[in-house]
Amino acid sequence: MAKVLGGVFTSHVPAIGGAIQRGAENEPYWKPFFDAWPPVRQWLDVQAPDVVVMFYNDHGLNFFLDKMPTFAVGAADVYTNDDEGWGLHPFPIPAGHAALSWAIIEKLVEEEFDITTCQQMLVDHAASIPLALAWPGREAPVRIVPITINTVQHPLPSARRCLALGRAVGKALAEWQGDERIIVMGTGGLSHQLDGERAGFMNPEYDKFCMDNLGPDPDALTQHSIHEMVELSGTQGVEILNWIAARGAMGASVSEVSRTYHIPISNTAAAVMVYETAEATASGAARTEKTPALA
Amino acid sequence: MASAAKPIAGTHIFDGAAAQKGYALNAMCFSFNHARNRDEFARDEDAYCDRFGLTEEQRAAVKARSVLQMIAAGGNVYYLAKLAGILGLNVQDLGAQQTGMSVEAFRQMLFDNAKTPQALEAING
Repeated sequence: MAKVLGGVFTSHVPAIGGAIQRGAENEPYWKPFFDAWPPVRQWLDVQAPDVVVMFYNDHGLNFFLDKMPTFAVGAADVYTNDDEGWGLHPFPIPAGHAALSWAIIEKLVEEEFDITTCQQMLVDHAASIPLALAWPGREAPVRIVPITINTVQHPLPSARRCLALGRAVGKALAEWQGDERIIVMGTGGLSHQLDGERAGFMNPEYDKFCMDNLGPDPDALTQHSIHEMVELSGTQGVEILNWIAARGAMGASVSEVSRTYHIPISNTAAAVMVYETAEATASGAARTEKTPALA
Repeated sequence: MASAAKPIAGTHIFDGAAAQKGYALNAMCFSFNHARNRDEFARDEDAYCDRFGLTEEQRAAVKARSVLQMIAAGGNVYYLAKLAGILGLNVQDLGAQQTGMSVEAFRQMLFDNAKTPQALEAING
């Protein structure tokens, strides 16, 4: 049986990709953010996931306003990153897991989510940068299932709906008969606003509320309407929806492994968090005992 | 704006009305995912705007390099960022322009966001 071991949650600011490609990780500006990652990588080494179910939002690489799905699920064995127009070189993207994608799609539609399925899908920096952060300098040794949430064109799906979507994905993962070791990723945020006279807005108080509650009580994050979330976290801060959905896929109970919050990365209050499930705690301990070098 | 919710100061919700109004401008910006299109825009900006049927308001906003005018004309910042890339502007440049600050002052404001009691509490867990 498949097991969801945990989740990695991170900001996906394009400038992070630039810093990686320039090798700027140790510069004073970048170090506090990149220092979040060694413990995450150590956790990943111990858990050795085979699959990442990636919740993110497309920023105008794969989707345009001609066809804008509220929720889209990749259903391919091959995905690529591409030129997004502002200078980042494409990152390598690992293979997809189409069979698992279809199992997730079946479950989502059964649970009455009217999703879009994509057998061809470019994945943008919101997926490629988190993978490059988690597995630096190489193609991530996992297969992926990309799931996108519209955070671009209002009306956006509510936080409640995104959490329910994630929980339905979690059901599909629990029922999956393969023995893959699965993690989720939720990317974007935290508070930031790129556009308008309020550009540069951040809200550490709301970000802390999200980080404190996402693990133990994700439903707390659904108390705000989308409009309230824009007010609290900024026009792009609503990317927290990706975190909420990813958290939903992890099951009822999780424990916090690591947390980093840093201001600013570009115009963004950046955060990196790891939660693990009871399965990971047990299996990680077992694996660590067997391979003490990873401890 | 279609939304009945109370406006948020300095914040423009990219809703259906904006998406419809801004379609041509955003379509042009979406095309900038391809280097050859960026080159073509740089070579002959007017002809490129013609090709995408930009409205007068959108053309004027692009000509003025004014982000707020582009947003008023229905532009969405995720797409506008691709145009900004051609113009050599990053998101701090865009922020400075929209807030009427110098780039240096805008950058400092971003750093200062880390210094509030709420920020320190969030940073220190």
